[in-house]
Amino acid sequence: MKFVENVSADETLDLVCRMCPIHLLEPGEKLRCLKKGEVLEVLTDYDGALEDIPGWCERYGHEFLGVEEDEDCYKLYIRKKRE
Amino acid sequence: MKIVYIDHASATPVRPEVKEAMFPYFDKYFANPSTVYDIGTRIKKEVDAQREKVADLIGAKGGEIIFTSSGAEANNQALKGVALGYQKKGGHIIVSGIEHHSVLNSARFLERLDFEVTYLPVDGYGLVDPERLRKSIRPETTLVSIMHGNNEIGTIEPIAELSSVCKEKGILFHTDAVGTVGNIPVDVNDLGVDLLSLSAVSMCGPKGIGALYVREKTRVMPLIHGGIQERGRRAGTENVPGIMGLGKAAELAKGEVRGKMTQLQDLRDALRSGISKHISRVHFTGHTDQRLPGHLSMCFEAIEGEALTFILSQQGIYINTGSACASKALKTSPVLVAISVKPEVAQGSAVFTIGSANTHEDITYVINRLPRMVERLRSYSPLWQNGNAR
Repeated sequence: MKFVENVSADETLDLVCRMCPIHLLEPGEKLRCLKKGEVLEVLTDYDGALEDIPGWCERYGHEFLGVEEDEDCYKLYIRKKRE
Repeated sequence: MKIVYIDHASATPVRPEVKEAMFPYFDKYFANPSTVYDIGTRIKKEVDAQREKVADLIGAKGGEIIFTSSGAEANNQALKGVALGYQKKGGHIIVSGIEHHSVLNSARFLERLDFEVTYLPVDGYGLVDPERLRKSIRPETTLVSIMHGNNEIGTIEPIAELSSVCKEKGILFHTDAVGTVGNIPVDVNDLGVDLLSLSAVSMCGPKGIGALYVREKTRVMPLIHGGIQERGRRAGTENVPGIMGLGKAAELAKGEVRGKMTQLQDLRDALRSGISKHISRVHFTGHTDQRLPGHLSMCFEAIEGEALTFILSQQGIYINTGSACASKALKTSPVLVAISVKPEVAQGSAVFTIGSANTHEDITYVINRLPRMVERLRSYSPLWQNGNAR
């Protein structure tokens, strides 16, 4: 797992309290509203996201930048690479 | 026998337009909205269109509406969802002492999970004092829940004033608006609330469907875990006919609510005036002006509310005692206790909730019969002697 700090995001998606498969469906929908190169921050407290989101990014051709552990959730960063 | 139904806070008749909107979704359009094929996705679009209609009625966005099975579920979801969603921030919530049981019992449930709850007292009209609320807030407070219109005494709380106290301190505010949405104009931004519960039952929609408004970026822990319905916030295959009915009822209410208010206020004032004129020893409860338009509540001395409800029903008049405690458990209503009504007076609670279908003829029918019924019950009462309560 790649850990990052102070990543600047263009949009934030708060999925705290929600579980599988919302952690994969909502980022996909949100990324459609972003421009290529922009960064999405996903807040989640679902442990499964740490494994699922990097894999999902690889499958859909987006760049997984890494994760930052916050007080009450994880912050995962995705750069949109394709439309 | 003529039937005069004046218990619209309990249930309302489903309007023909609402029924018509629902029927095709029992059989013709039966597919599951979560499926990927066309007959399912078309229904999903219809469900989301109703979400927009409900949102439009309260000045919200479609994505901020979660469909629930009732107003009670919406209240449970709001209290438990926010308390658990923000548990790491703090474990204290505040509710008023005159909330609906679905709020009060959710708060009591949270106490069992070691949350702390403050039950705010109210004044003689049932109003919550914003300053008292301010003083009850602690660093660990995460949620305040105060109802918009009280179902038992009709008082409308100063929600905008109360929510602004919370906004200053970054605390979420929920209001149970089951009694008000569809009966008075309600706008979540004017009220400044973060969560709001509503039900189709209050606006001539079907039973078994309600909604919770959750302002964007507010975290709520789901009550029902499972699939992707309601964006993972409330699992379970959608009650599509119910949602279609709620959407239609909301659309109709949006256009009619102001006219309905005037009509109901007029009938309520006529009823109050008739009761005051013909019956002695009556204590009207709740606020005189700041109240639900079709709502009239009172306590008759020296009678029991459920006995009155029963003998009025034999005359074709259907009213309520206002409290399940009073009518089913023979316990004094906690709401009437909270507004300092004496327990022996509180036993004579009667609540009339007028609906759009009621007429001045209905009110006259009630005024012609109610005094005799009250008099008859008092004649049997050991608490009544020579025209006065003992």
